Amino acid sequence: MISALVMVALLVTQDTTAGKQVYARWCAGCHGDQGAGDGVAAKHMIPPPRDFTGAIYQIRSTASGNLPTDADLMRSIDEGLPGTAMPGWKTSLSDRERRDVLAYIKTFSTFFADTTLRPQSLEFERAPGGGDEAVRLGRQFYDSIGCQKCHGDLGRGDGPSAPTLKDDAGHPIFAADLHENWLFNGGGTVADIYHRLRTGLDGTPMPSFSDLLEQKFITDAELWHVAQYVHSLSPAEAPVVRDVIRAPLIDRALPHAPDDSAWASVDAYWFPLVGQVIRKSRWFAPAVTGVWVKAVHTADSIALQLTWDDRSESPDSAWLEHAGRVLASLESDDGSQEQPGLWPDQIAVQFPVAIPTGMERPYFLMGNSSAPVYQWRWTSSARTAAVAGLARGLERFDPIAAAGVGAQAVYDHGQWRVVFTRALASPDTASQLPFRTGRAIPVAFFAWDGSNAEHGTRMAISTWYFLALDEPVPARVFISPVLAMMLTLGLGMLVVWRAQQKTSYRRQQ
Amino acid sequence: MKVRIFSVVGAMFLLTVCSKGDQGNAAPAAPPSETPPAPAAATSAAGGTISGKIKFTGTAPRNPAIDMSEEAACKAKYTTTPTEEVVVAGPANALSNVFVYVSAGVPAGQTFPAPTTPVVLDQSGCRYHPHVFGAMVGQPVEIRNSDPVLHNIKAVAKKNRPFNISQPTAGMKTSRTFTAPEVMVNLQCNVHGWMHSFVGVRPDPFFAVSGPDGSFSITGLPPGTYTIEAWHEKFGTQTATVTIAGTETKTANLTFAAR
Repeated sequence: MISALVMVALLVTQDTTAGKQVYARWCAGCHGDQGAGDGVAAKHMIPPPRDFTGAIYQIRSTASGNLPTDADLMRSIDEGLPGTAMPGWKTSLSDRERRDVLAYIKTFSTFFADTTLRPQSLEFERAPGGGDEAVRLGRQFYDSIGCQKCHGDLGRGDGPSAPTLKDDAGHPIFAADLHENWLFNGGGTVADIYHRLRTGLDGTPMPSFSDLLEQKFITDAELWHVAQYVHSLSPAEAPVVRDVIRAPLIDRALPHAPDDSAWASVDAYWFPLVGQVIRKSRWFAPAVTGVWVKAVHTADSIALQLTWDDRSESPDSAWLEHAGRVLASLESDDGSQEQPGLWPDQIAVQFPVAIPTGMERPYFLMGNSSAPVYQWRWTSSARTAAVAGLARGLERFDPIAAAGVGAQAVYDHGQWRVVFTRALASPDTASQLPFRTGRAIPVAFFAWDGSNAEHGTRMAISTWYFLALDEPVPARVFISPVLAMMLTLGLGMLVVWRAQQKTSYRRQQ
Repeated sequence: MKVRIFSVVGAMFLLTVCSKGDQGNAAPAAPPSETPPAPAAATSAAGGTISGKIKFTGTAPRNPAIDMSEEAACKAKYTTTPTEEVVVAGPANALSNVFVYVSAGVPAGQTFPAPTTPVVLDQSGCRYHPHVFGAMVGQPVEIRNSDPVLHNIKAVAKKNRPFNISQPTAGMKTSRTFTAPEVMVNLQCNVHGWMHSFVGVRPDPFFAVSGPDGSFSITGLPPGTYTIEAWHEKFGTQTATVTIAGTETKTANLTFAAR
């Protein structure tokens, strides 16, 4: 008996000793040597790394306030936490290493040693059938249990309480944008969403709704319907980045308005954005996760529709304290401690000044002094205007007078939709890109959420992608294949006929 | 005997709760007279009492006004603009909402059974009632929602496990207990960022919360020398040492400096 205990004790010690090495090498940089979530990189991320000393974990299968099971912890280690800086380790660490580091992480808190707190997974029933009716019911209960207070009426994380949200440590935290389930911390399936509703996300404002089942305020099936509704808000599959935006030629008036019905039938392209971490002042916490782009052109003009989710219609003083919390949570890399301000939201579309003939393109991060880029910029403080100009690096932007770029914008329930328009031809072909059909035109995007303290170099950026305007299709495109087919058929028949002639000639002989 | 002590403690809560003029806050009825099935503790209702007044020097900061425009049902419960309750001052610089407890002096190893009578925390008018209260380890804390709006109740704690639960409508009740002494556990609502309540969790019944006139009273103390600590959410802590010889009442007035 005693020897068995010694064996177990040894096993545990070995685990954590080996785990400590794994931890020191791979985890401590963010989570800190003592597991307090205060590693050197911690001041560069929102949300901050987990503080293991409190043993408070978001992603669990257990009731609110309970410890996570080992399986819960392993899931977060394996899969990472989407939408945060935490990557998955399943492929980069061995099974043994991950088990060891899990055991070591538990040693940071005395709660795990408390045998009265043994975590027990909640028992989850199976999901009822989905479908339109389930989603419709889910929407009703989304309202009746108060989801919209934080997540907003249409689920874009723009509810009335959204600007005030903090985590346990007082760091700013966003209510999830329910239209981007590929970024949900605990996964984006219906079951994942249901589990989060049952367990809550401890350490964050997201509560558990399990008590509502016990109190018969809502049935289990109805809570599942909420999960089904939330799931229905996101695309069926996480968007895949396609490098080339195809701009079809339309035979009607150019759609200047963001909600013009002409946009409905146009394909949307998703471009993820990341923080600008190349030049000072760097930005590690961009609020805009990406932009959906549609493009069309007529014989003489082009229109680009940019759609992106943004929880705030900046500038908005309701978000001022949030901006202050963001600035306080992040370490400035230029030594300044900036005061929060009322900055606008901004978007920029970037092209080269001329369509490149080879593969060479200007520097994607707003060009440089020797090779400028041509940009369209829009800001929420001057909604129906766009400024075109030449950027020569992050510091220099020279607007062009009478550039002929129009803009119209709509802010609707946590989403901006902005349409830029311009003539295909350019009055100054040296600096203002003339759009030509049938060519791959480099294009890049930049976004700022003013309420998230973003302005200047603190922004979300993309790399270069391409825009291709469909060429007008000449009549010969339709006729030549038909001619070719008829010719082939005719020749084929001729060959067969000749062969048959020869065969019948031989037979007659 | 113990029942009576708990009655006294319970009555103190009642006093605190009722005297704050809450809107029809249904305080629990007087504790029932059932006998807790716990071993006899060495305390006596006839023991000593420490009472006193809590004051502060300087100027009390203004409590921020609360914008309840998003919650019409809560806003309707007020005739004037409600404010937060960070510093609630009474006449002559009296300071209420101070949690006073015996931080040292209770003999180690002495245990006190937790009352089965719950402490009630009500959510009404998008504020917590009471704003500051005490509970014993293991004593049920009943959280009620008297507002027809969603509240979540998040406990932010270090020595206790946290929790974060939701009450989407009026009439909901949830009971929770704390497992370890902790001064204080912060209860908060994230839907309404201004809502905070603080609970002092103690292993013994020797605690009180100062009333509107700053007065407090801790009763039933056996003879001994005690350190009492007073905690205020904005002004920090103050301590005093008091020796109780018998069934006497000793005075301990504590003064905070406004900051």
